[in-house]
Amino acid sequence: MKTLKLFAVVAILALIGQAFVAAPTSAQSNVIKIASHSPLSGGQSLLGTAIRNGTELAILQLGSQVTDLGFTLEFVPFDDQATPDVGVANAQNIVNDAAILAVIGHLNSGVALPASEVYNRSDLVMVSPANTNVNITDRGYPTVNRLCGRDDAQGAAGAGYAVEELKIETAFVLHDKTAYGEGVATFFAAALEEAGVEVLGFEGTTETANFDAVITPILAQAPDLVYFGGIYNQAAVFFRQAREKGLESAFMGPDGMDGSDLAQIGGEAVVGLVYTSAAGPASLYPAAAQFVEDYRAQFGIAPEAYAAEAYAATQIVINALVNAITENGGALPTRAQVAAAVRATEDFETVIGTISFDDNGDPKVATYYILQVASADPEKWGENPLIGSVQAPSPLTAKEMMGN
Amino acid sequence: MTAVPNIASSTQRSPLEALGNWLLQYILRPVLQILLFVFIAGGSISLLALVVGFVLQTDWHGIDILRVPARINLFEQVVRQLPNMLLDGITIGFVYAVIALGYTMVYGVLKFINFAHSEIFMVGGVVGYEVMIRLRAADMLSSLSPLVVIVLMIGVAMVICGTLATVVERVAYKPLRGAPRLVPLISAIGVSFFLTDFVRGFQALNRNVFNMPYPTDQVTFFNERIVLAQGVSTTNTTLIIIVSAIVMLVGLNYFVNATKIGKGIRAVSQDQATASLMGINVNLMITITFMVGGALGGAAGVLYGLKTTNVTPYIGFIPGLKAFTAAVLGGIGNITGAMLGGLLLGMLEAFFSALLPYFPALGLGYSDIFAFAVLILVLLFRPTGLLGKKVDEKV
Repeated sequence: MKTLKLFAVVAILALIGQAFVAAPTSAQSNVIKIASHSPLSGGQSLLGTAIRNGTELAILQLGSQVTDLGFTLEFVPFDDQATPDVGVANAQNIVNDAAILAVIGHLNSGVALPASEVYNRSDLVMVSPANTNVNITDRGYPTVNRLCGRDDAQGAAGAGYAVEELKIETAFVLHDKTAYGEGVATFFAAALEEAGVEVLGFEGTTETANFDAVITPILAQAPDLVYFGGIYNQAAVFFRQAREKGLESAFMGPDGMDGSDLAQIGGEAVVGLVYTSAAGPASLYPAAAQFVEDYRAQFGIAPEAYAAEAYAATQIVINALVNAITENGGALPTRAQVAAAVRATEDFETVIGTISFDDNGDPKVATYYILQVASADPEKWGENPLIGSVQAPSPLTAKEMMGN
Repeated sequence: MTAVPNIASSTQRSPLEALGNWLLQYILRPVLQILLFVFIAGGSISLLALVVGFVLQTDWHGIDILRVPARINLFEQVVRQLPNMLLDGITIGFVYAVIALGYTMVYGVLKFINFAHSEIFMVGGVVGYEVMIRLRAADMLSSLSPLVVIVLMIGVAMVICGTLATVVERVAYKPLRGAPRLVPLISAIGVSFFLTDFVRGFQALNRNVFNMPYPTDQVTFFNERIVLAQGVSTTNTTLIIIVSAIVMLVGLNYFVNATKIGKGIRAVSQDQATASLMGINVNLMITITFMVGGALGGAAGVLYGLKTTNVTPYIGFIPGLKAFTAAVLGGIGNITGAMLGGLLLGMLEAFFSALLPYFPALGLGYSDIFAFAVLILVLLFRPTGLLGKKVDEKV
């Protein structure tokens, strides 16, 4: 027992010592780090890992642009576990590492909102491949940018399809009580009601396993459509249980459905489900074919949604880094300079098309794709057919166009 | 049949009569008791739902949060979803009951709440997934009889979880047997965290998965619908869950009340020191208690996996908490009480979640709050639970 205690004390001392040794040795070096910040563990790790991998691939392939200028470029992945608390704690660590000049993330708006408050206080730029909640950019922070569209546009795009193509008259709207899910579900429901569709219910649930409670009232009202504002790992379980209980409504969801795990978990129940996505299928972008090939070669798996977006976000960041270094006369730029350079991105060619940011950090024009699940086989997720697309200007761009 | 089994005279009975008595005492009576519980819980909740539906269908009595949207006739809705509500309540109630047995047995013997039990339950769900996936990989999932698949899943889960619970007891609880009550409790919470992350890590390395959906759609039997009435149907899965749960409950009843080991366990739960003086191996009885409780937890994990179709390393916590509550509601330490508590809790949940969506001011999110408020009320009036005995010592 005594030796055990001694061992414990030694182990703790060793850990403390290590922490001191490993403490950052200040920023005088010429190391630049780009962090990815997304859920790498847990139920949403499929998409979170895609963001991490996309970032890493871009740094591997394009990092030489920065290293040629005499800097070392490093990649540091962080795991936010899709949890706001973890995201904020990591964000503190990220801003404390002076070498990190840009963050690619997050997957979840509910995590991105509080974490970006931390980044913004330290002028650290964040380029989001996936966060669609309107408040991400509506705060007008100079450090917060995104490549995808917004939930006001996404909700309307989904509702438009439901009304015009599916010709629904009643709908039941569910959400996962996160900033993302509730946000997009609210816009969806509002757009439906505007179009004269009766919304039979609007409910939030954090349940992940047993959806009896949610399904019973839906079953009793038999709506034409059930919309789930949330992420695939939760939604797929719901859809499968609902079908097993005999619900025959059409299913629909936002871009959170865009992961092959939806088919993996949901099986036959999600075949025919319609989802809107900010991430278009790779086949749409001419430059993406090469990306898909390289991604497979590097990681041995097909890219999921947001891998290409993360790659594009890193392209923008690397380009901004080069610009900021050049403007700074070849010296290490400050975080604020990098943030300004990212925001100045104009007609920049990325793997997912040409990107320009407006003054809030929204892409000036975002496209929403409407896709339908074709097969219960997760391997065939990438083959889901595109059944429509909606282009929406960002609010600032729209205002500008109105003004002219 | 009026003959009540009488121990003293049973030696003189004919074998047939003995078998009849055995059937009556250990099969028929427990089954009838379970059905009675289902009937009581289901009947009272249905009645309550109908009354609420009737009272609130047109008038909210000046209480704003009870206002139902004008387009909804609450009474009609309640009538329409009553069968589904009952089915949901019974199914989940049985799952809670089977998990609750694990808590209640260990408490009965050691006066200690085994918070790691929820993770044993989770491991059961994961084992069920592994068995199914392996059967599928061997192309046997659709060719084997569904009954064999179910027995195999539950059987393997019971063996693995029973062993795991025994190991946990040996490693984390036995060395602390003489320590203050709180110490093994903390140890149990530690084991619970360990098991969650161990399974998460193991499955990440083993298959690189977090979500483990049961491939039930490959067995047509699971998804065949049983039509109970016009517009009311359910799948065979529900039937499987209910039947397996009843079999296990009856089996446990037999084990505890009719076998020598069961007698030993009961003796240990009444008084460890005296039981040991009577020549009962207390340690062995405690180990067996953990093994049986763990095996039941594992089986419940498989049933829960079949019901929810997807398991993750995190599924244990909530059902575990609810089953623990069910055990307390029924009277912790009391096996029959755990059954009654599980069914009641399942029914309460189904009741509130069936009604709350029609009150826009409240919504589904409140269903647990109401269900647990009822529990608090019950415990205020019967602090030892519905069937619990008064004991001097408490945690």
